[in-house]
Amino acid sequence: MSVTAAPRVELDYTGSERLTMNMGPQHPSAHGVFRAILTLEGETVVGVDAVIGYLHRCHEKLAETLTYAQYPSIASKTDYVAAMTSEFAYVRAAEIIGKIDVPKRAQYLRVITSELQRVASHLLWLGTWCLDMGGALGGGATIFLYCIRERELILDLFESLVGARLLYGFYQVGGVRYDIPTGWAAKCLETVDLIDQRINEYERMLEENPFFLVRTQGVGVISRELAQEVGIGGPLLRGSGVAYDIRRGEPYSSYEDFDFRVPVETSGDCLARYRVRMAEFRESLKIVRQVLDGLPEGPISSRPGLKSVAQTRIPKGEAYARVEGARGEVGCYLIADGSAKPYRMKWRGASFSNLAVLPHIIPGHKVADVVAIMGSVDPVFGEVDR
Amino acid sequence: MTADQARTLIAERFSSAQVDGTAPIVISVPVDAWVPFAHFVRIDLGCRFFSFLTAVDWKEQGLEVVYKADNLDDNVSLLVKTRLGPSVTECPSLTSEYAGANWMERECYDMFGIRFDGHPDLRRILLGNDWVGHPLLKSYAVDTPHPPYR
Repeated sequence: MSVTAAPRVELDYTGSERLTMNMGPQHPSAHGVFRAILTLEGETVVGVDAVIGYLHRCHEKLAETLTYAQYPSIASKTDYVAAMTSEFAYVRAAEIIGKIDVPKRAQYLRVITSELQRVASHLLWLGTWCLDMGGALGGGATIFLYCIRERELILDLFESLVGARLLYGFYQVGGVRYDIPTGWAAKCLETVDLIDQRINEYERMLEENPFFLVRTQGVGVISRELAQEVGIGGPLLRGSGVAYDIRRGEPYSSYEDFDFRVPVETSGDCLARYRVRMAEFRESLKIVRQVLDGLPEGPISSRPGLKSVAQTRIPKGEAYARVEGARGEVGCYLIADGSAKPYRMKWRGASFSNLAVLPHIIPGHKVADVVAIMGSVDPVFGEVDR
Repeated sequence: MTADQARTLIAERFSSAQVDGTAPIVISVPVDAWVPFAHFVRIDLGCRFFSFLTAVDWKEQGLEVVYKADNLDDNVSLLVKTRLGPSVTECPSLTSEYAGANWMERECYDMFGIRFDGHPDLRRILLGNDWVGHPLLKSYAVDTPHPPYR
């Protein structure tokens, strides 16, 4: 019996075969529902089609059906990781159109909640991002659990202030809803001091870790020009060398009273965005201390106890109000027609614009870097999809 | 450049533009000047930061497209508008001027059905491809059922 060798199959492989890979919408690193259709050549990504909209609730249509008193607590459901910010943008837009004054104490309370929110949001970003980059950072979930532990302290503060831990409804047109309870300021100072100290610890853990530097340095570079053209904001914009912060450029809610620095990095990579956010932690904590030091006495709202729909009316007009959120410029373009509900409301979600930069920066990177880049952008899909 | 200088320059170069306000400067331009004006805004006024683009449905008066661009160095903000006219749904695309217009115009097409001429990839972005209608139009009632339910 003779054995014949199987005919040899010649593979016409040139090394440039393209593979389409689906990532998401239930990918753990997406921190939400995001689908990326990647085109690969080997391990290298050559094309990205970002698919969003899985969490779309049409907030803009919803806002047309709710009064100016009702919507702020819904607004917090756009960016649920930094819920205070979107409420802030909405009530500011209504206040600009209606020329409604906000008492000084309310302005300071808005500042302190915004800054605590920024710290809480950055903590969640740091924890999840390091978790995404995984075991390479020495111990997988260590940083994640540390960050969640600290974020919990801030949520405790919010809980004793508002009664809610995630979605607050703290802002209302003309002021804020609650004043700080007894003992809150002391508790807040204690928390701020603790977090300040812990941040040094994280920095030591990460920046002395060569794996961390390899995963972030020179990865996902956004140029200064691209950053502006796409309209990314916040730590991404400042990580790309644009020294722009709305709190400084167009101060609102008494931000001009506080002394803080706008951290800027020029390299535009994941490490730059990390550095900007780490510096922002400290600046935010600095602002919180200043607010507690100089919190003026007085009313917390210029329109307390609205009883009827007629009282919530805003005169005809339009305004674009923006605030510096944890993820960048959160804007609300509001058109009022004189009734108690807006005629049109447009959210400029910071995450939406930030995410739009991904198709420009991911091609050329390895698949594993996609995760690091996504995490450094820090998208919250409630705000992307609205 | 200050906001006043920007206003003077706009009045010199685009006599058809209506200018109002200072922060932001609100400008209405005719639709045929939409792209040339955006180019002028980006190059001559240095407004390189693309903030957002959206539309407003003014019912029988038609759709209005709005975008905002900022000069971050000099703190000049522009809100630029154009009226498309009754039942017109075509608008020139700004994607050749601003990369950020890509997703914003897709969202605008998704929500208002405005076709942006010259957009490289105009398809729905937030809603599914099989969605019927454009929800942010005033004619799309929020309280009437839109079968099939999904």
